[in-house]
Amino acid sequence: MNIHEYQAKELLRRYGVAVLEGHVAWTADEAVEAAKKLPGPVYVVKSQIHAGGRGAGRFANDPNGKGGVRVVKSIEAVREAAEAMIGKVLVTKQTGEQGKLVSRVFVEDGCDIKRELYLGLLVDRETSRVTIMASTEGGMEIEEVAHNHPEKILKVAIDPASGIFPYHARKLAFGLGLEGKQVGAFQKFVLALYGAFLELDCAIVEINPLVVTGKGDIVALDAKVSFDESALFRHKDLEALRDDSEMDPKELDAVKNDLNYVALDGEIGCMVNGAGLAMATMDIIKLYGSSPANFLDVGGTANAARVTEAFRIITSDVNVKAILVNIFGGIAKCDMIANGIVEASKNLSLSVPLVVRLEGTNVDLGKKILAESGLAIIPADNLADAAQKVVAAVKGA
Amino acid sequence: MAVLIDAKTRVMTQGFTGAQGTFHASQGIAYGSTYVGGTTPGKGGTMHPELNLPVFNTVVECRDATGANATVIYVPAPFAADAILEAIDAEMPLIICITEGIPVLDMVKVKRALSGSKSILVGPNCPGVITPDACKIGIMPGHIHRRGSVGIVSRSGTLTYEAVAQTTAAGLGQSTCVGIGGDPVKGMDFIDVLKLFLADDETQSIIMIGEIGGQSEVIGAQYLAEHNFGPGKPNKPVVGFIAGATAPPGRRMGHAGAVISGGNDTAAAKMEAMAKAGIHVADSPSALGSTMVKALRK
Repeated sequence: MNIHEYQAKELLRRYGVAVLEGHVAWTADEAVEAAKKLPGPVYVVKSQIHAGGRGAGRFANDPNGKGGVRVVKSIEAVREAAEAMIGKVLVTKQTGEQGKLVSRVFVEDGCDIKRELYLGLLVDRETSRVTIMASTEGGMEIEEVAHNHPEKILKVAIDPASGIFPYHARKLAFGLGLEGKQVGAFQKFVLALYGAFLELDCAIVEINPLVVTGKGDIVALDAKVSFDESALFRHKDLEALRDDSEMDPKELDAVKNDLNYVALDGEIGCMVNGAGLAMATMDIIKLYGSSPANFLDVGGTANAARVTEAFRIITSDVNVKAILVNIFGGIAKCDMIANGIVEASKNLSLSVPLVVRLEGTNVDLGKKILAESGLAIIPADNLADAAQKVVAAVKGA
Repeated sequence: MAVLIDAKTRVMTQGFTGAQGTFHASQGIAYGSTYVGGTTPGKGGTMHPELNLPVFNTVVECRDATGANATVIYVPAPFAADAILEAIDAEMPLIICITEGIPVLDMVKVKRALSGSKSILVGPNCPGVITPDACKIGIMPGHIHRRGSVGIVSRSGTLTYEAVAQTTAAGLGQSTCVGIGGDPVKGMDFIDVLKLFLADDETQSIIMIGEIGGQSEVIGAQYLAEHNFGPGKPNKPVVGFIAGATAPPGRRMGHAGAVISGGNDTAAAKMEAMAKAGIHVADSPSALGSTMVKALRK
């Protein structure tokens, strides 16, 4: 689960992480009030969306204008910047072409930037440990740096048994070329950030850029925090930070029905059990010359009601010209899936071809239910057969 | 021989009297495996009402009383790390955790506890392990398997079934199938299972099925390049597949995921590493069996 920058900074501040003073604003008037609480004379107005690259991004209504993060030098300019952002769509490298609607801005104190660094924390699959990454190359190009110059990414993995120690942070600090009081400030920053990461069950915390100020302070200029969805049960208070408007409505609908769904731009709607098989089903559709309209994993504990919900979400996508159901029953039982399909077909009056491939637990019973339902279902014997038939159905339509 | 489990394996279940534990233990028994009992804290001293097997409060008690040498965990996610740690503490040789949705930081602690322990962990978030006609531990449909020569290791549950169905249809069958699970922090990884398959006489060929994300398929492929392929080495044919070639790059907030991987965790990068190592890469998930048949003819 992702949260906004202003929420992330508010949380991190509670754990002793150094952030600048700032206030969220939903209107230009609120932005002016927010700016008045700050010392000035430099203010930064930042669009709040769940995507990176805001500074280099452009607003859809003003593609040649300024970006989604603006440094201004008067209260009046704060108002102008806020008016140019709130209610407008910001397009960045990470939003896709459709961009994201800015509903609020963060008005923050200006900062005397001497150096811009990169700092990131996540659980590294290879070491199975929380790993702190740091680089002298802060900014948008960090991915290219990681790809082309992996030696410029410093990494420290923390042993969960002994935990973090100051030397972990010092190792990074000296590697980054920090000196004097900067080292102590960096050490305090990293230890506090690691503490927040553990306490909040974070998936990723990224400070990019991390700034060294003229005075030698270390402060987070940006903060991206996302939480491990599986751990939210022990952080009920964090649920309040969820921003539903940042999600695709179909995806939001899916989450509420315990379905794992990602909207795509193809023409074949897919309903599959298991994430790996769901991805492989998308791959084979592409291989046979069409493209998937979505990724949808109904999960192992799918029941008839959830199958109906899945169909409703798939068919709400106007681009869907045919549907492929691919179930290899393990925990999920084919007869139960078949009942769900019959139920859904009755309730939703399907108007597109439906190809169904069932295999695994209770397959014979499942096939019998479909055959006796009288529905115009195209049965398939295996994965390749199913892909061929659904692509043919789309091409024929 | 097969790997990890065989007809002599004595299986206990943690979360024994719950719906999942009950159903899958009964399926394992029906398949012919030896299930000896299990734990549900607070219900120790009773008999399982449906399976007529003893229930214990702790893993140690169950192990001592039944001689169990493998445990399977169906405990709900918030309590699953606790269950795995109890099994490690009890020195269970093999721990298989089926539970999906365990917090990642819980697994970080579990992984640390495993190092230097006497236990091997498979999972979590996996279908389990099966040696056909001998022992079934987990949630896979038993009837699609046939005892045979292909060792299967996979990150994806249902794609494992796909590989099983195709190798059964091709008349090859399976020695052992190991679902290592899709979680970022887990017990056995590709390399660990591949080592066992290379050393196992019954396993004459291998299918490995990966996904986008992480580097473990690449590490596994490099291990095979060094230890399987070449003069004087086992030279067992290996077929590989990576799911997610068409998955769009996820909508991300920052860069950390790409920074840690250096951008080398795409399906294309992994398939290239596999091919370079000498693995036959199937271009379609429906071609796992046929690619193996072709590889065996060479």
